[in-house]
Amino acid sequence: MSQTLTFGDSCAPITCHAWNKDRTQIAFSPNNNEVHIYQKEGNEWKQTNNLVEHDLRVMGIDWAPNTNRIVTCSVDRNAYVWTQGDDGKWTTTLVLLRINRAATCVKWSPAENKFAVGSGARLISICYFEKENNWWVSKHIKKPIRSTVTTLDWHPNNILLVAGSADFKVRVFSAYIKDIEDQPGPNVWGSKLPLGQLLAEFPNSPSGGGWVHSVSFSADGNKVAWVGHDSSISIADATQGKSMIKVKTEYLPFLGCNWISNNSLLVAGHSCIPLLYCHDGDELRFVAKLDNTQRKESGGLSAMKKFQSLDRQARIETSDTYLDSIHQNAITCISLYKGTKANAKKFSTSGLDGQLVIWDLDSLERSIEGLKIV
Amino acid sequence: MTSKYYENKSNARHDNYEIATPQLEKRRYIEALKLVLGNAPVGSTNQQVKDNALAITLKVLLAIKSAQIEEAVGNLSLDDIDILMKYIYRGFEYPSEGSSGHLLLWHEKAFNVGGSGSIVRVLSDRMRV
Repeated sequence: MSQTLTFGDSCAPITCHAWNKDRTQIAFSPNNNEVHIYQKEGNEWKQTNNLVEHDLRVMGIDWAPNTNRIVTCSVDRNAYVWTQGDDGKWTTTLVLLRINRAATCVKWSPAENKFAVGSGARLISICYFEKENNWWVSKHIKKPIRSTVTTLDWHPNNILLVAGSADFKVRVFSAYIKDIEDQPGPNVWGSKLPLGQLLAEFPNSPSGGGWVHSVSFSADGNKVAWVGHDSSISIADATQGKSMIKVKTEYLPFLGCNWISNNSLLVAGHSCIPLLYCHDGDELRFVAKLDNTQRKESGGLSAMKKFQSLDRQARIETSDTYLDSIHQNAITCISLYKGTKANAKKFSTSGLDGQLVIWDLDSLERSIEGLKIV
Repeated sequence: MTSKYYENKSNARHDNYEIATPQLEKRRYIEALKLVLGNAPVGSTNQQVKDNALAITLKVLLAIKSAQIEEAVGNLSLDDIDILMKYIYRGFEYPSEGSSGHLLLWHEKAFNVGGSGSIVRVLSDRMRV
């Protein structure tokens, strides 16, 4: 049903993680300025590289599957593109982000010819490679962002970008770079597409609350889903006149969301359990909790286990606070492990407890009553 | 939840005294509760209006007996539970004789319906009661 991985002896939180194309390697940041790369060898995960170039905490990692390049961004206001040489060593290329605040999130475009970086400077840098100087240059999307950009996702057409921000808004922009791309045709979100064109803007909450933690375009690119700090999940549909559906849930806020089929949405966050929601007509329906782990009988707890569990939950008193879930602390990152957004088979989650869990949707579907992924 | 809901809120009649007092006098407390929550001046910028609404809402909350709380909460929509939670927390700020204990009971029942989400929304919503 699910497989739990821990890397090395460290219990440090995993800030974010990214897989390579065939899922034999993973890059993650243990909540500091380093990016660790682990490779699967048999049943073991061995560290093969440690990418140290950032000075401050790494906030985002994305691994382009086809060009095999990693992009990382950090609180030190820099982003680096890493390419692997024939000897297996990773080397950096400079990215000129031109920002004066922390970079918070980064995503490769689907065609992998550009990437977007969100930042605390209230702007998004769209970066593309400039051969003459051998560096990545950027163009800015500034208006009308009024606070830190916290999350980004690309539309499958390689042109549109959705950004969530701490000003409680989700916005769809055109990220068309005329220097490197052909003129895009019209789509459901709009027809005039110069760089930075605002195509849609949605408030997370009409009462103005809840900064946006995560956004996701659906596989067909017609819908946008996001989660906010007011424990809500929202969906906007471009084919329905950009109408918005919002569900205020009874759980702690969600930090990540991802589509796993055209109608099924995965969310996870501070309540440590991934949940599945289904978008059905004009409602967003709760389907199931994907983690039914029961509390384990703690027979003969070893000292090692005990201190590890103290570390995972970042607590200092020794009273037992084991949660009824696999993750023992907030889930901060969801990524797809097998399949695509249109038809995902497996996904992975990582969080503050330093664990990475790979979930198998097929076996979950068999084992959880009433769970049907449509 | 639609945006229409909040638009209604901000245009709502801000004098909750006027609308809730007749219900209170008739001892129809649950009706009164629905009225004060449904007309809460969340969008208002006038502190006086908000304070008046708080006073009448607390009066209603404290008038409802412990045994009736569960029934009262069960009659509310999820949006109203969020507003109720906001009033409960504001009520803790201005304690009077025995009020906090009673509000804790309200908190327990509202939490049973709204879960952690409604508490998170007290903290994260910009529009306060």
